[in-house]
Amino acid sequence: MSLGLFESILFATIVAGTPLMLVALGELVTEKSGMLNLGAEGLMSIGAVAAFAASYTFESTVLGILAAMVAAMLLSMVFAFITINLMANQVATGLAVAIFGVGLSAFLGKPFEAKVLQAVPGYALPLLSEIPLLGPALFKQQWLVYVSWITLAAVAWFLGKTRAGLALKAVGESPQSAHAVGLPVIRIRYLAVMFGGAMAGLGGAFISLFHTPMWNEGMIAGKGWIALALVVFSTWRPWRVMLGAYLFGGVMISQLFFQSSSVQVEIPSQFLSALPYLATIVVLVLISSNAKMIRLNSPASLGKPFLKENS
Amino acid sequence: MLRLEQRSCPSQIMRWLSPALAVGLTVLTGVVMLALLGKDPWRGFEVFFINPVKSTYALSELMLKATPLALCAAGLAIGFRANVWNIGAEGQFIVGAICATVVALYFGEYPFWTLALMVIAAMAGGAAWAAIPAWLKTRFNANEILVSLMLVYVANLMVSWLVFGPLRDPGGLNFPQTVMFEDTALLPVLIQGTRLNLVLVFVVVVLIAAYILMYRTHLGFRMRVAGESAKAARYSGVNAKSMVWLGMLISGACAGLAGMAEVAGPMGQLTDKVSSGYGFAAIIVAFVGRLHPLGIAFASLVMALFFIGGEQAQQYLALPGSISMVFQGMLLFYLLACDVLIRYRVAFGNLSVAKQVRKGALS
Repeated sequence: MSLGLFESILFATIVAGTPLMLVALGELVTEKSGMLNLGAEGLMSIGAVAAFAASYTFESTVLGILAAMVAAMLLSMVFAFITINLMANQVATGLAVAIFGVGLSAFLGKPFEAKVLQAVPGYALPLLSEIPLLGPALFKQQWLVYVSWITLAAVAWFLGKTRAGLALKAVGESPQSAHAVGLPVIRIRYLAVMFGGAMAGLGGAFISLFHTPMWNEGMIAGKGWIALALVVFSTWRPWRVMLGAYLFGGVMISQLFFQSSSVQVEIPSQFLSALPYLATIVVLVLISSNAKMIRLNSPASLGKPFLKENS
Repeated sequence: MLRLEQRSCPSQIMRWLSPALAVGLTVLTGVVMLALLGKDPWRGFEVFFINPVKSTYALSELMLKATPLALCAAGLAIGFRANVWNIGAEGQFIVGAICATVVALYFGEYPFWTLALMVIAAMAGGAAWAAIPAWLKTRFNANEILVSLMLVYVANLMVSWLVFGPLRDPGGLNFPQTVMFEDTALLPVLIQGTRLNLVLVFVVVVLIAAYILMYRTHLGFRMRVAGESAKAARYSGVNAKSMVWLGMLISGACAGLAGMAEVAGPMGQLTDKVSSGYGFAAIIVAFVGRLHPLGIAFASLVMALFFIGGEQAQQYLALPGSISMVFQGMLLFYLLACDVLIRYRVAFGNLSVAKQVRKGALS
């Protein structure tokens, strides 16, 4: 069945927004614990290359996804060790993760360049995909898209309704107080960073296995950084991450839309490619100019090290 | 059990020993990594650390490679001191290169004046590109890390558009590059028989200027105070906004100058591959050099080894050039990890309560 214009735009928007949503949800949980991991770009790159390599070698999508999550999680544990145990600056360490991850993925991925994977077919949800107009666009997606929705609901529930979520937020607001009431600050922060790492790996896997089934150096192209901006855009609220992710997904596919439309517009392709980055700046400006909202919603101890001696 | 024990005051020796330790650990890990990849580790060591320093020509190439890194890092260090996180030096480098190229293409045949104008245009261009995150930070409180980074991607697309479109060499067989610059638009070579050019003088001037600004002026002192403690700075009347502006504009201008030196030096034209990641590597150089001009001079040479080694690794070891980025990231990891030794010392075993009390009583 061929999709109409509206449906294909909606479909492609969701595909483009899904990796952003996965990564941003992970980073949201990390930041809620007071840890600022700027390495998402590197974690996604590692995830993408691990997913492709494992999937290509073992001919299994599931193994590819697992490899991506484990690889990115291991790298995020290096971040956790240096920032939590050795109390290094989180911004600088996050940059190291980004530089190292992008470099290592390019290095390890060299033999896999120009290789192609079989595209994974979409999975149509019974009944739901029959809904006119919206059905095919929303419910004939890759199964990882449905996973992203479930993860969103789970993260929102975890942070909003569970004791463990409350403990995580307490650690992010004031690690000293959390430590004083007996919460294991270090363990909670480790787990939050590892979850963020695994989700960034998953986002990378979505790109190299589902979105464009191939690997090539620089294919993440700043999506990790955009996901970080999304967390600010969401003002640390899970449901708004989804809104932001699909908004950016829409901006990202706008160039495909322009190129395929019958109206021949004389715009250089580079200008259209720059739109997501410019949109990120615009969004950051719009959200951040309301300083009170940022201050009220961002975790109070974000980016600050926890020194047990001082508590 | 290994344990960290807080020092009574930060160790000045470790502050400078830590970068050396980090470089040593990176080299060690690199050798082990090459062995694991089935390459001759000694051969790898030779490619990365012996070949770049074994002849006068090789040394001149090493210094040439270090110049853009030192220029960008000197500017970044000034910003980092004031806690201004300009991560977009790569973009400012590219815009500087573009501005210098425009001057070279349209005003290229005047001895001295062409080069002087290229320097001014590149510094202004780099500073203007950095002014965007500075303005958005001071006016709208937008995160300067993310904004300056997004502008790297925009600058990359801009240079790609220019060399594929308006500035493309008509006789260049459709390659994405401009025409080669006139001799008057190229930096004069300092030592005959090498490619080492006037940029070395720029580096020396910029490093000395950075030193004077940071350690010998009241402004530099205020910037350092602002970086150490935002509160202390506010109470002593330092305007945080002007610190952001200064940090951004200075680092942008330095990166722009580095971009000019690249197109007017080793490249001799503008291409879409004008920067090989110098702007990002310069962040590491600034940290490894302890944000100090002298340290940066050394650190940029070490980083240049990685760059040249990475290029040669393709030729002699059949390894992808991205290995140099792996080493760069590793170096920053090790540095940040070793820095713990500045404020803490490693001790063995667990202190008994009695000992802790006695220690506490003594200190």
